[in-house]
Amino acid sequence: MLALLTTYLRPYRKQMTLVLTLVMIQSIANLYLPSLNADIINNGVAKGDTAYIMSTGGMMLGITLLLGVAAIIGVYWGSKTSMAFGRDVRAAIFRKVQTFSQQEVNIFGAPSLITRNTNDVQQVQMVVLFSLNMIAAAPIMAVGGIIMALREDVPLSGILVVVIPVMAAFIGAIVVKAMPLFKAMQVKIDRVNQVMREKLSGVRVIRAFVRTGYERTRFDDANADLTKTGLSVNRIMALMMPALMLIMNLSMVAIMWFGGQRIASGAMPIGNLTAFLTYIIQILFSVMMATIMFVMVPRAAVSAERIQAVLRTEPTVSDPETPAAACVEKGFIEFDRVEFRYPGAEQPVLCDISFSAEPGEITAIIGSTGSGKSTLINLIPRLYDATSGTIRVDGVDIRDMNREDLWRKIGFVPQKAFLFSGTVASNLRYGDQEATDEMLWHSLEVAQGKKFVSEMPDGLEAPISQGGTNVSGGQRQRLAIARALVKEPEVYVFDDSFSALDFKTDSRLRAALKREITHATTIIVAQRVSTIMHADRIIVLDGGRVVGIGTHGELMDTCPTYREIVYSQLTQEEIA
Amino acid sequence: MSDSSPSPETEKKVPAEPRPGPGGGRGPGGGPFGGHGLTTPVVKAKDFRGSFRRLAATLRPEMGRIVLVILMAAISVSFSIAGPKILGNATNQLFQGVIGKQLPPGVPKSTIISGLRAKGQDNFADMLANMDVTPGKGVDFAAVGRILLLLVFVYLLAAFFAWAQGYLMAGVSQRTVYKMRSNVDEKIARLPLSYFDGHARGDILSRVTNDIDNIANSLQQSLTQLITAVLTIVGVLGMMFFISPLLAGISLLVLPLAMGITMVIAKRSQKQFALQWERTGDLNGHVEEMHSGHSIVKMFGRQKEAIEVFEERNEKLYDSSFRAQFISGIIMPSMNFLGNLNYVAIAVIGGIRVASGTLSLGDVQAFIQYSRQFTQPIAQTASIANVFQSAVASSERVFELLDEREEEPDTTTPMHIAEPRGAITLDHVSFRYEPETPLIDDLNLEVKPGQMVAIVGPTGAGKTTLVNLLMRFYEIDHGRILLDGIDIRDLTRDELRTTFGMVLQDAWLFAGTIRDNIAYGYHDATDEHIVAAADAAYVDHFVRTLTDGYDTKLDDEASNVSAGEKQLLTIARAFLADPQILILDEATSSVDTRTEVLIQKAMKKLMANRTSFVIAHRLSTIRDADTILVMDHGRIVEQGTHEELLDAKGFYFDLYNSQFVEAYEEAV
Repeated sequence: MLALLTTYLRPYRKQMTLVLTLVMIQSIANLYLPSLNADIINNGVAKGDTAYIMSTGGMMLGITLLLGVAAIIGVYWGSKTSMAFGRDVRAAIFRKVQTFSQQEVNIFGAPSLITRNTNDVQQVQMVVLFSLNMIAAAPIMAVGGIIMALREDVPLSGILVVVIPVMAAFIGAIVVKAMPLFKAMQVKIDRVNQVMREKLSGVRVIRAFVRTGYERTRFDDANADLTKTGLSVNRIMALMMPALMLIMNLSMVAIMWFGGQRIASGAMPIGNLTAFLTYIIQILFSVMMATIMFVMVPRAAVSAERIQAVLRTEPTVSDPETPAAACVEKGFIEFDRVEFRYPGAEQPVLCDISFSAEPGEITAIIGSTGSGKSTLINLIPRLYDATSGTIRVDGVDIRDMNREDLWRKIGFVPQKAFLFSGTVASNLRYGDQEATDEMLWHSLEVAQGKKFVSEMPDGLEAPISQGGTNVSGGQRQRLAIARALVKEPEVYVFDDSFSALDFKTDSRLRAALKREITHATTIIVAQRVSTIMHADRIIVLDGGRVVGIGTHGELMDTCPTYREIVYSQLTQEEIA
Repeated sequence: MSDSSPSPETEKKVPAEPRPGPGGGRGPGGGPFGGHGLTTPVVKAKDFRGSFRRLAATLRPEMGRIVLVILMAAISVSFSIAGPKILGNATNQLFQGVIGKQLPPGVPKSTIISGLRAKGQDNFADMLANMDVTPGKGVDFAAVGRILLLLVFVYLLAAFFAWAQGYLMAGVSQRTVYKMRSNVDEKIARLPLSYFDGHARGDILSRVTNDIDNIANSLQQSLTQLITAVLTIVGVLGMMFFISPLLAGISLLVLPLAMGITMVIAKRSQKQFALQWERTGDLNGHVEEMHSGHSIVKMFGRQKEAIEVFEERNEKLYDSSFRAQFISGIIMPSMNFLGNLNYVAIAVIGGIRVASGTLSLGDVQAFIQYSRQFTQPIAQTASIANVFQSAVASSERVFELLDEREEEPDTTTPMHIAEPRGAITLDHVSFRYEPETPLIDDLNLEVKPGQMVAIVGPTGAGKTTLVNLLMRFYEIDHGRILLDGIDIRDLTRDELRTTFGMVLQDAWLFAGTIRDNIAYGYHDATDEHIVAAADAAYVDHFVRTLTDGYDTKLDDEASNVSAGEKQLLTIARAFLADPQILILDEATSSVDTRTEVLIQKAMKKLMANRTSFVIAHRLSTIRDADTILVMDHGRIVEQGTHEELLDAKGFYFDLYNSQFVEAYEEAV
C-alpha cells in the first residue's frame, strides 16, 4: 500500500505539504482556543478585568477566522489531491491492462480486472481522502493536546495514562468482536442473494418440480441466518457510542475530582481546569478517529495490493523493436512445429502443430473439448505467443510484425460473441469506421442478420445494450460475424462462432460466406461436423496434437478420431 | 448457476436496465461520520406519503417497542443533557472554594463586599455578592464529591439507556426486514411466469437485496439518530435558556445560520454527488466493456479510442468527484467555524457576566459544553432526512413488487387423477403473449400415452411457448388443454406439474450437493434411489470420480462440472422424479462428443414408456416422433408425421432439407 501511495502521491507533494501544514495550523489553533479561554477565566474573570476579557476575546475571534479559512483551503486541496490520486491510479491500471496479452488477462480474469480498476481504486482513494481531510489532524491533535494538557498541569495529565489505554482497549475489543461478524454478515447477505438469484433463474424448474415450499424453507433459512447475524452485529455496535461517551464523561468527572484537589492545594489555577477538560475531549476524540483508520486501512491495503499486482505484471507479448517491412503477399498462414504451454505447466496445450493455409481456402479445426482448438487460433493474432516453433503470416514471423499490422489482417469472430454498447451500426463499424451503410447491410446479409436487423424498429440504429444482452445469442453471433466481414480482412478466424445458430441458419450462413469470401483465408473452429464438412482442409486435434489433416472424405478413411466424432453426431443409421 | 431458462423468445421486451437501488452500492464517498445521507444521490419516492404510511404500517407490530425506544432515547438524552449542568455545579463549588480561601477568615462576606466597593472593585464585589462563599473556607470536597457521584450516576444511566435503545432497535429493524424479505419471497412464489419473463432479473433481485438492506440500515441508524438529534437540539436549547437567556439568544442566532448553511451545501453537494454517481457509472461501464472485450478491442484496432474515451471519462469523473468531496467536505469546517464563533462569544460575554456576578463560572463552562453539542445534530438531521428519503423510496420499490398481480388461484374444487396415463389433448387452443400478436390459433393436437411429439423450427421460433402452456406457466386464452381427459385448469398446478418432468438445455442446478440436486424432484429419496437414477443417466461413474462423490458441492458457476455433465445430472433428476410426461430440450451447444453420446442414450432411455414433448434438433428424434409440430415466428405453421409433412412440401420440407439432409447425404 505504501509503495502505491508514494508512487502516485509523489506528483502532489506540494499539495500534500500544504494540506498537512494547514492541518497543523488548525490543530494548533484549535488547541490554543481553550488556553485563551483559560486566560480569560484566570486573568479576566477571577480579577474582574473586563478589558482583558474583551481583548483576549478579540484574539480568539481572529483565531477562529483563521481556523475556518485554513480548514476550507485544506478541504479543497485535500479533496483535489485525493481525487487526482484516484484518477491517476485508475488511468495507470487501464493503460497497463491495455498492454496485456490474453495470457495476463486470463491470470486475473476480466471481472477481477474490472473490480481492481474501479472499486479497489475507490477504496484506496477514500482512505487518502479521509487521511487528508480528517485523520491527519488526529495525531497532531492528540500529541498537541497532550503537550497542552501537560502545560496546564502535569500530575493531572496522569489521568490520560489510564483513560487512553482503556479507550483503545475497548474499541479494540469491539473491533475484534464485530469484524468477524461483519464478514460473516457479508457472507450471509451473499447467500440470501444467491438463493434469490437461483429462485429467479430456476423459476420454471422449481414450479415444474413443485418445490416452491422447499424453496421457501431454503430462503427462509438464509434469511433467518442473516437476521440473526445482523442482530448480533447491531447489538454490539449499539454498545460502541454509549460506552465511548461514558468513558469520556467519566474521565471528565475524574478530572474534576483530582483537578479540584490540585486547585484547592493551590497547585493549579482554576481556569486551567476548564481548558484541561477541553483538551481531554480533543485527545479522546482523536483516539476515536485513529481507530476508524484501523478499520479502513486494512481493507484499503488489500485493495492496494490487488492494484499493485496488476501494475507489477509485465505483458508476455510485445511488439518487436525493429518490425519487419510490410509484405506484399496476403493471407498466407503457416504453422511450423508450433508448441504452446502455459508457464510452468507440465504438459503443453499444443504440440508440434504444422500446417499452412492460403487465400480462398477454408481450413477447419475440429476436436473434442480440451483438445486445444481455441488456443491454436488464439496464437494467430498473438493473444498468446507460441512457446516454440514459428507462425508466419504472409511469410513473416508474426513476432517480427507490429501487432497493429497483424491485427489489421485478421477478422476474428470469438466464441462468445461480444458486442459493445451503442447501436447495431456502431458495432458493425468497429473494425472500419468509414464503412458505408450499404457495406453494413451487405455484411448483415451474408451473416444472415439482415432480416432481424431490418425488423428492429430503428434498423441499423437500433440500440445494443452492454454485452449485447438485448439481442438473442444467435443474433449476437451473427452481428459479430457481420462485424468481422465489414472489416474486410485477409484472414477470417471463426472460433466456434455458429454454435448458437440452428442448422438451417448455420447452413445458409456457410453458403453465403463461401460465396462472399473468395480472396481471403478462412480458419474455422467448430463442434459440429456439418459445419466444417466442406472445408478444403480439416485438422483433427486430439490432446493438443494433430491426429489427421485432410478433406472429409480422406479423414473418414484414415482418421479414427474423426470417424468417432462424426459417428457421435450422425448416428450409424443416418450415415448408412 | 445457469441463468437462462426457456423464456418466450417472441416476447423480447427490452429489459429494463437494472436500476441501481438507492442503497445499491454505497456510493462513492460516504464518510464514517453520518455524512452518507449527503453522499448518495437521493432517489425520491414517487408517492412519498403513501409509501411512508405503508412503511409505518409494516412497523406496526413493533409499535410497543418503538415507543419504548423513543422513551429510552428521551431519557438517555435528558440525562446526558443534565450532565454539563451538574458538572458546572462542581466547578462552582471549586471556584467558591478558591475565592473563599483568598478572603480573610472570620470576616463576614458583607463586610468584604462593602470593602471592595469602597476600593472601587465593583465587578468583583458583584460577583462575590452572588456567590455562596464563606470567607477563609476552602473547597468543600464533601459537596464536590456528592455532586460528582451524582454525575457518575447520571452518565451511567445515560449510557445505559442509550445502549438499551440501540439494542432494542436492532431487534426492531432486523425483525422488520426479515419479514419484508419473507413477504417478498412468498410473493415471488405467487407471481405468474410472465412477470419473470418481462422483468430484468437484476431489477427484481435488487429489490429483494439492495433495497431491503437499505431499509434495514436506515431503520437502525436514522430512526434512533433522528430521535436523539431532535431531542438533543430541544433539550440543549432548553438548558441553555435556563442557564442564561442572553447567551442562549446569542447561540440561537447561530441556529438558522447553521441550518441555512447545511441546507445550501447539502443541496449543492447532492447535485455533485448525483453527477459523480452518473460519471462513475459511465466510466465503470467503459472499463467493464474494454476489459471484457479486451481481445476484440485490440484485434479491431480500437485501443487508441478505448484509451481516449477512458481518459475523457476519467477526467470528468475526477472533476465531479473533486467538487462533490470538496462541497460536502465544507460542512464540517463550516459547522466548526460556527461552533467556534459561538464559543468565543460565550467565552467573552459569559466571562464579562461572571466577572459582573450575574452568572457563575460553572454555568459558563456548562454553556460552552452545550453549545458544542448543538451544531452537530443540526448537520446530522440534514443527512438523516436524506437517508430517510431513500429508505422510503426503497420501500416503495419493494411495495411495488408486493402489489404485482398474482397468478390466478387454483380451482377451489380440484379434480384428482389417481394414476396419470399421460394422454394430452389440445382442443381449439389459442394463445398470445401480447394481445396484438397472434401466436397460437385454434391448435388441435391429440397425444396418446407414450407418444412422442417433436417441436421443430428455426431459432427464435418460440418453441418453448407450448411448454409454457402445458405446464400452465401461462394461461391459454381460448380452448382447453386436457390431461387424461381432464381440463388442466380443474387440477391444482402442483398436481399437474408433478405429472411432468423437464430436462432443459440450460441445466439449472442449485448451489448444493450433487445428491440434493438429483433428489430435487423426490424429497424422500434414499441413497439407493439417487445412485440408481444417476446410474440410469450414465453419470454415476463421473460422480464417483469426484473427490467428494455425491457430496460434491456445486458452486455458483459449477465450474467443477462441465455443461454436458450438468445436463446428465438434470436427466438423473428427472429419472428420480419419475413423471408420466416429459419435456426435453435437445442440446445444440458445445458438449464434447463423448458426453454427447451419453446424453442421447440417457434421454432415449428416459423417454421410454412416457409421453414426451421434445424440442428437437436431431434427425433421429424427429423421424421417430409420432407428431411433429413445426413452428415459425412463434406460430405453429404445420403439424403431422415426418412423411406427411415431407409430402406436403411446405415449410418443413425446406427446413428438413436445409437443416438435415444435406449434411447427411454428403457424409455418406
